[in-house]
Amino acid sequence: MIRPDAPLLLDIRDLHASVDEQPILKGVNLAIRAGEIHAVMGRNGSGKSTLSKVLAGHPAYTVTAGSVHYRGADLLELDPEQRARIGLFLGFQYPVEIPGVSNLEFLRVATNSRRAERGDEELDTFAFEDLVHERLKVVQMDPAFLERSVNEGFSGGEKKRNEILQMALLEPLVAILDETDSGLDIDALRIVADGVNQLAGPDNATLLITHYQRLLDLITPDYVHVMAAGRILRTGGKELALELERTGYDWVDQELARLEPETVEVA
Amino acid sequence: MPAVALPATGAWLAALAGSPLPGRRHEDWRFTDLAPLQSVAAEPWSGPDPFALAALPAGITRLEPAEAQQLRNQVLQATGSSGAWPVQLNQGASPRCLALRVSGAAGPLQLSIDAGAAPGLLALQLLLILEDGASLELLQHHSSSAANATSLLTVAQLGRGARLHLGVLAPGDSRASLLSHLAISQAPASALQLTTAVGGWALSRLEPRICQVAGAAHTRLRALQLVDGQDLADTHSHVCFEGPDGELDQLHKVVADGAGRSVFNGAVQVPRKAQQTNAAQLSRTLLLSDRARVDTKPELEIVADDVKCAHGATVSRLQQSELFYLQSRGIGADQASKLLLRGYCDEVLRELPVAAAALNPLPLLLRERP
Repeated sequence: MIRPDAPLLLDIRDLHASVDEQPILKGVNLAIRAGEIHAVMGRNGSGKSTLSKVLAGHPAYTVTAGSVHYRGADLLELDPEQRARIGLFLGFQYPVEIPGVSNLEFLRVATNSRRAERGDEELDTFAFEDLVHERLKVVQMDPAFLERSVNEGFSGGEKKRNEILQMALLEPLVAILDETDSGLDIDALRIVADGVNQLAGPDNATLLITHYQRLLDLITPDYVHVMAAGRILRTGGKELALELERTGYDWVDQELARLEPETVEVA
Repeated sequence: MPAVALPATGAWLAALAGSPLPGRRHEDWRFTDLAPLQSVAAEPWSGPDPFALAALPAGITRLEPAEAQQLRNQVLQATGSSGAWPVQLNQGASPRCLALRVSGAAGPLQLSIDAGAAPGLLALQLLLILEDGASLELLQHHSSSAANATSLLTVAQLGRGARLHLGVLAPGDSRASLLSHLAISQAPASALQLTTAVGGWALSRLEPRICQVAGAAHTRLRALQLVDGQDLADTHSHVCFEGPDGELDQLHKVVADGAGRSVFNGAVQVPRKAQQTNAAQLSRTLLLSDRARVDTKPELEIVADDVKCAHGATVSRLQQSELFYLQSRGIGADQASKLLLRGYCDEVLRELPVAAAALNPLPLLLRERP
């Protein structure tokens, strides 16, 4: 839902970032307002996942130039946990398995960290169980997964449902979903997309990172951005994703060659 | 502060054992400095007999002294324990003895062995016969709060089809030493689960020596040892199969922090007569400090040709990917590290006898005393 007067949640300007001294992001500009759903598309190696990890504060990535403001505050100054507490959420492409740590305990500690930041009271075990059972419905998840270790032995689809369950509990203002559709069969994809649609509202925003139109058939974006060589090359409406589906990414190479004839690397 | 050895104590301990203290030239003691043991007062521990307080549940009766002696001799011989220095020391130190016969489904039994604030050497023997088909869940809970030493010799004989779930929960004191030798013989179709959790001692040495006297038994070993500060924790385990179709499942986990030192030597003997043995041993170490030191060594002696014997060892730090995942959900770095550490330890702690849970073992082992 596009409302030009809606509050600006995330404001990325000329963002440059590198990993192991290798520049990956080379000047990303992106503004996200409340109520909006954005999709970032692009080939492997275009910098999509790097953008999501830099926003979440992954220690392996170094921001070398530019700025990111979250509701007016400098996001890059904050530790990863502080970013999460104030409402930024990253849905992982490959959710991490943590043997020995109970999923229920993990979800409770995470939820309480976010609640404390918002000034809400901490939930005890019983109150949290009520909340989590209600939120499980968002992703039609079996309560048995609460008793297991975090993501351990979960199938690809179960891991992604667990990510959306975390999103439902943390109630972020900006949710970045990194290739949430990868590794999902069509039923699981529908459940996950349905969960995201239920959680999207006028006060929050979603940034979907994806390769494929099939996710955007289920979650309708307000904006589609095409990323290449570490920057956003083109922005359009939902029709841009359909155009990409028809034409592929060949035009991207031509446009990059026109912009930067010296430095183009074809991924 | 490192322990200072008292010359009189070394001589006294050697006299009790009838054998000089093992030193670095002995392969089994190469990494294990006995200085903390020699820093205790050269005298017997003088508190009340910890075993006198033990209330025996139904199904457990006391053995006559002659039976006890026969049992001890048989099992020490079967497991090859007689020559071990901690056994010699224990035998020479006039140990207080609890000798029990278990029939049918007995227990659970909990023995609190608190060396407390008294100085000197506390020597104890626990002798158990589990009759054919008997079962027992037993928790040994050690503790100390001073520069003293505990020597415990546990001897157990498992009859055919017997089941013993033995837990050793030993949160220590940074001035105290613990020497625990466990000699256990298993008849066919018996099952032993031995879970040990040790942390916080200046010196701890655990020596489980298990013999499947005719093979065809099941042995499950779970161990957690934590070292921090100047602690030294050593486990020398030894499992021998004297017949075919035996099973061993062994997991040894270590958390090494501060300038702590951890030693693990896991010996498994599979002679020619032990065909169809299925043994697996895994040693995992979590290294939390640059100053900590870990020595880990599997020692598999396999002569039989139709067996499965797997072993592995890993040493790692807290996984960055796991830490970041937790942080990205709003969990601070310190709390995330604690959650991961707890998860790592819990894999072993949850296999202690049920009674251990009420003692809240992890904070005890980590010296997070109230």
